[in-house]
Amino acid sequence: MDDPQRVVERVARESYGRLVAYLSARSRDVAGAEDALGDAFMAALRTWPRGGVPANPEAWLLTTARNRLADAARRQRVRADSAHTVKLLVRQAAELPAWSAFPDERLRLMFVCAHPAIDPAVHTPLMLQVVLGLDAATIARAFLTLPATMGQRLSRAKTKIRDAGIAFEIPDYHQLPARLDAVLDAIYASYTSGWDDLAGADPRRRGLTDESLWLARALVGLLPAEPEPCGLLALMLFCEARRPARRAANGDYVPISEQDTGQWSMPTIGEAERLLAGAAAQQRPGRFQIEAALQSAHTEGALTGGADWPAIALLYEGLMFVAPTTGAAVGRAAALAEAKGPDVGLTELERIDADTAERYQPYWAVRAHLLRRMDRVPEALDAFNHAIELTEDGPIRHFLARCRAEATAGAVAS
Amino acid sequence: MLLIYETSDDFDARGDDHHRRSMLIGAWRAYYKALVDAGVYVTGAPLQPQSTATTVRVKEAGHRQVQDGPYADTKEQLGGLIILELPSLDAALEWAARCPTAATGAIEVRPVSQEVRELVEGGHG
Repeated sequence: MDDPQRVVERVARESYGRLVAYLSARSRDVAGAEDALGDAFMAALRTWPRGGVPANPEAWLLTTARNRLADAARRQRVRADSAHTVKLLVRQAAELPAWSAFPDERLRLMFVCAHPAIDPAVHTPLMLQVVLGLDAATIARAFLTLPATMGQRLSRAKTKIRDAGIAFEIPDYHQLPARLDAVLDAIYASYTSGWDDLAGADPRRRGLTDESLWLARALVGLLPAEPEPCGLLALMLFCEARRPARRAANGDYVPISEQDTGQWSMPTIGEAERLLAGAAAQQRPGRFQIEAALQSAHTEGALTGGADWPAIALLYEGLMFVAPTTGAAVGRAAALAEAKGPDVGLTELERIDADTAERYQPYWAVRAHLLRRMDRVPEALDAFNHAIELTEDGPIRHFLARCRAEATAGAVAS
Repeated sequence: MLLIYETSDDFDARGDDHHRRSMLIGAWRAYYKALVDAGVYVTGAPLQPQSTATTVRVKEAGHRQVQDGPYADTKEQLGGLIILELPSLDAALEWAARCPTAATGAIEVRPVSQEVRELVEGGHG
């Protein structure tokens, strides 16, 4: 027999977003749907150990949550249309379709979260919490904010969704581009959050990469004429194809140029290339298409034994134009170093704003490698130390420490 | 509810210049007709300029304080309000964007609080 605790954890991990999206699509009340679902999970933990796990746990949770919503609506009888709402909710609660028959409302809810009536700074965090089930503390870390501040912003946004009467619809074509960017950002942020959790230590995050791929595929299906969803899916598939090769047997980090390409999934790379080619044919470049093209160039380089660095530098140039982030600037500097020499790369790197660079790990890692190649060993060691201090991920710390040791040894030998 | 904020230029156009006045009234008449034809209009009222405003407060012990001028002295002034019956914020934003003043001033969109309205109008909550 299934352990009830385990089942509750699994459902929370795999179906949280789907359940919130489905419940709130009807009530238009995200906060209320989350509360009702929370109550349903509590009820499951209380009753399943005694009565046994139901055959369809998701349907049980959904029914219980809907009953909570109906109770809440009854208590709020002052609302004009309450009688109607109660009848509707009671009827919905009585129906019990198979879980697989529930329409997936997650994309629709993501577009609601990106509504222009909601503070733009909270669009992506809101999706990460409501649809992808990340907790406020994790989101706050990713957005460099205090957890309490992030929690307040999120709850304010949910109140606005409920009280301002925001429509639960996929927006019209003319409103779409503005909202699409936030949806793409959220899917990518959830993918990288799942990807970074290498050890699979956090059960909530383990399913995130699959979930993100599913959402990206659904988005491509929903908006076949938009090139950026295809670019995003291609980008994630390139990463996915290399997943088995990115760590050595002992868990060490393996840079792409040293990965065993025999472990890469060639069908996945093929799918990514086809998606990217289809998107590029529309001649509307964007951030995710360019990032996917960079992955394509790196993949190609590793497969053929030499990357086309001038082309990669050009792609970063394009990325700086559409999405000028510190990451893109560091990437461009690294590519220029390969194409034209480490001194050119270092000059480029030093043009990045010092305050921004100070706490940005890739900046220090690239700087260390370039200084080492220029035989400026003491400075290289300083940069390695700085990079290691900024790294939370164990295997990458280990990799950087190894590079630092090699730099020291090289200096002694020469 | 649409709260319509007009520039002082718009307020001037209501009065003096004959051409500007008929342009403005024509645009508003067409907008009003569209609202009524769509079956969404509940009620509304244009307001006199901010210079006609008087603000009143009742301090402790029933002491009434009356002041010349509007409550908030802003560049764009509250010029009128319209209540519409609509299914969503998005539908309200569509209508707000079609309002003649949207091109020169600004329209604030806010849902009416049904809950409070019922409590007040029902009288025995």
